[in-house]
Amino acid sequence: MPASVVAVNASSTGSPDPSRRRIRRTGAPSPVPPGPAGAPSGVPVGVGPHRPSRRLLTALLVAAPLVLAACNQPSYGASRGSTTQAQDTFKLWSAMVTIGIVIGGIVAVLILWSVFRYRRRSDEMPKQFHENVPIEILYTVVPVIIVGFLFAFTVLTENNVDATVAAGATVTSTGNPVVDITVTAFQWGWRFDYPGLNVGVAGTTTHGPDNHGPQMVVPAGQTVQITLVSNDVVHGFYVRDFNFSRYAQPGVTNVFDLNVIHTGTYDGQCTQFCGLYHSDMLFSVRAVTPAGFEQWASSEVAAGNTLQAAGAGAGSSASNTPPPNTRQYHSNAAPAPSTKPKALA
Amino acid sequence: MTTTVERPEPLTPEPAGRPDAHGPGAHGPGDAAPEHVHHEGPSGIVNWLTSTDHKVIGKSYMITSLVLFFLAGVMALVIRAQLMEPNSSVVSYQTYNELFTMHGSLMLYLFAGPFAFGGLANYIVPLQIGAPDMAFPRLNALSYWLYLGGSITMLSGFLVAGGAASFGWVAYAPLSNATNSPGAGADLWLMALALTGFSAIFTGVNLVATIFYLRAPGMTMFRMPIFTWNMLVTAILILIAFPVLFAAVVMLFCDRHFGTHIFSVQGGGSPILWQQLFWFFGHPEVYILALPYFGMVTEVFPVFSRKPLFGYRGMVFATMSIAALSTGVWAHHMFTTGVVLLPFFSLLSYLIAVPTGIKFFNWIGTMWRGQIAFAVPMLFSIGFLFAFLMGGVTGVLLASPPIDFMTHDTYFVVAHFHQVLVGTAVFAAFAGFYYWYPKMFGRMLRESWGKLHFWSLFVGFWVCYTPQYLLGLHGMPRRIATYAPDTGWTTLNVVSTIGAFIMGASFLFFFVNLVVSWARPVPAGSNPWDGHTLEWFTSSPPPHHNYTHLPPIRSERPTWDYNHPEHRTVITHRAPAVPPDQPKELTGAPS
Repeated sequence: MPASVVAVNASSTGSPDPSRRRIRRTGAPSPVPPGPAGAPSGVPVGVGPHRPSRRLLTALLVAAPLVLAACNQPSYGASRGSTTQAQDTFKLWSAMVTIGIVIGGIVAVLILWSVFRYRRRSDEMPKQFHENVPIEILYTVVPVIIVGFLFAFTVLTENNVDATVAAGATVTSTGNPVVDITVTAFQWGWRFDYPGLNVGVAGTTTHGPDNHGPQMVVPAGQTVQITLVSNDVVHGFYVRDFNFSRYAQPGVTNVFDLNVIHTGTYDGQCTQFCGLYHSDMLFSVRAVTPAGFEQWASSEVAAGNTLQAAGAGAGSSASNTPPPNTRQYHSNAAPAPSTKPKALA
Repeated sequence: MTTTVERPEPLTPEPAGRPDAHGPGAHGPGDAAPEHVHHEGPSGIVNWLTSTDHKVIGKSYMITSLVLFFLAGVMALVIRAQLMEPNSSVVSYQTYNELFTMHGSLMLYLFAGPFAFGGLANYIVPLQIGAPDMAFPRLNALSYWLYLGGSITMLSGFLVAGGAASFGWVAYAPLSNATNSPGAGADLWLMALALTGFSAIFTGVNLVATIFYLRAPGMTMFRMPIFTWNMLVTAILILIAFPVLFAAVVMLFCDRHFGTHIFSVQGGGSPILWQQLFWFFGHPEVYILALPYFGMVTEVFPVFSRKPLFGYRGMVFATMSIAALSTGVWAHHMFTTGVVLLPFFSLLSYLIAVPTGIKFFNWIGTMWRGQIAFAVPMLFSIGFLFAFLMGGVTGVLLASPPIDFMTHDTYFVVAHFHQVLVGTAVFAAFAGFYYWYPKMFGRMLRESWGKLHFWSLFVGFWVCYTPQYLLGLHGMPRRIATYAPDTGWTTLNVVSTIGAFIMGASFLFFFVNLVVSWARPVPAGSNPWDGHTLEWFTSSPPPHHNYTHLPPIRSERPTWDYNHPEHRTVITHRAPAVPPDQPKELTGAPS
């Protein structure tokens, strides 16, 4: 690892789920063993004075994902999420994979059963039945209900993940400060502009072992509103531990909020193929304490990393000027000359 | 309808091939067919160049598409070799980008579709409905030559300065414009799409006309084999989707060469429009690639279970629902663009799971209480079930926008669509190929080599793609040429590459099988599998105009009814067509 990347590097440990460790260390509630005991009182789990019956089993099967949602959910290889949005997504992910495993498992068992049970053992002619309407209706209606349930769960999560504070707001409705960052993706690098702080950081990526890309510094525990743009081709802003990606596209300005929970460094990378050096288009996000963030911002200004120095203008999507590529990789690429920096409010 | 017109009973007294006969010894009335062949014409290469026979064209399509499939497979192996270790330099970035672009383009545009609708469908559909040829034989020949020309055009990109197209098979604007992708490779790629797109459209027109107008007397719509049904629906989807692709290709070409600004912000255009147009083609295209293969396994399951298809009508309506829904889900490829109405496209994408589930249960219901023989076509069909189940379940996950946000453009998606496409266009394609090979060439493929082929492919498939789900969840983006050692992705990539090479090796067994079976032929007879549908009634290979006589068509499995009069399918809801002295229906619950 390059020396400049400090703290926990999310995907560099090789461990299947590094984020899990980090969250526990910082005082997340300890996992509760799955089962009815761990369910909150409001969740019906179908235990009561009834005799065990098929209905009870069905209720258990339906309730299982809800129970799991309330307990320590299995990660199935995904990040548990380092932003509040990512944790919402993670809950949906984990519950849906569980449901998928149950349903897929039932279908797989049915296939295996019919394959092994009804393998040809004699020349006897099997009964030539070709339909069973009640069963066919059942396996049409039940999936519709399951799909409706999944869709409802999806919409609820999606509304949380996509919720943003009003543009220009400096605090959220709960009084949490908002930091605006304009992220500009370009061939091949990233620029992070902080219009409220007059800080601009840009970095092109280089091919080689030292490549780790530019770093976006954010305050942990505060709301970060990202305005994502591109002036050349389509790029993908993706941070594994944020369980989130969004395209940076010419002609489109995307706005989303991140609430990073804990301090640490999180690796990001361009995910949408964007030309020759797509593979090298790395960046990282470093979450620091709010005090540390103030300190960082003033040191950047002192070091001359201001909006002007970074070649601002990225904040306005109407500007069609490609960002100044500090390094020309590809003789075919023809970036326009950089314009005079524009001051941003 | 044609049901009132009957052809005479077959002239040949002996029944078609007997159930237990595999290979030699199975004979049908069509075996006497050579004497009925009146076709006079050129032979050899001249025949191949000038033929308008759907069987010759179908075989040409299949051979061409299989060659392209193996080329694309070799590219995949180079890609996997490159990714086996971090900071690898088996190929350069530029070459890597060309390779994954051409791998995807060859597989999707030039193999999976043409193999199904140009190859097997071309050969099998006229036979299944008792037609002498396709409705427009010359248009059919034109389709093939456009396809061959388009394929060569696309491949020739490797020969020009600047190399082949290197913007991915989706060619997102503005990466695909003249500034970002100069060079003739990109233009050749666009030309190839235009040529093969027209080839597909012509084949679609041909299939629709053939299925609507050339069915034999008695072959009502609801007696058509499911493969024919699926090809009809596929052909309609082709007619919906490919013109949009062609329009988009023309627009992009104009942007590149004639100074238009349809997809560029600078000129007031919209790059996102390309994505909308492309995926309006691209998602129906996924089902253009899948439905024919669903049809193939739907032919295989009943035959090797010795039972009729379970839920025939449900299957037809499921196919139609999938096709209808598939035209309204394109923007689920664009969830992360931030410009599409997420709940609408999410709900429609979820709903596709319902008809797909119906198909699964119908396939299981077909095997249920059957007498299942594990011949190679059946093995590949069962392999398809498992592959497609995994691809389907992960597909339902991806229909959820938040989960798509976390996995989009990572290897999770790569694993998902490879499991879907290899499940259909490879497992189901080989099920169809092994199943119909005896009909096409009059000789059997070897079961032992076929089983080796299947098992090595099946093992390689899981070893290759399962780690890719985890790689995606661990943050590995797709289409990266290399990665750093500290990402922790190395081990899973090594496993995946090993799986890919096992899959590659499985095709050696396939080649051996082809060579051995060709060098020392085992005659197939007309009906080696105790088939259900009409094509098993004629000789193998069929005579020039396919049939000299036909059995009565009273159900969706006329050949079976003819060979097994005591077990024939008689369905009461088609009562008008069934004479009163016929046996009572055999429907009933699997009790």
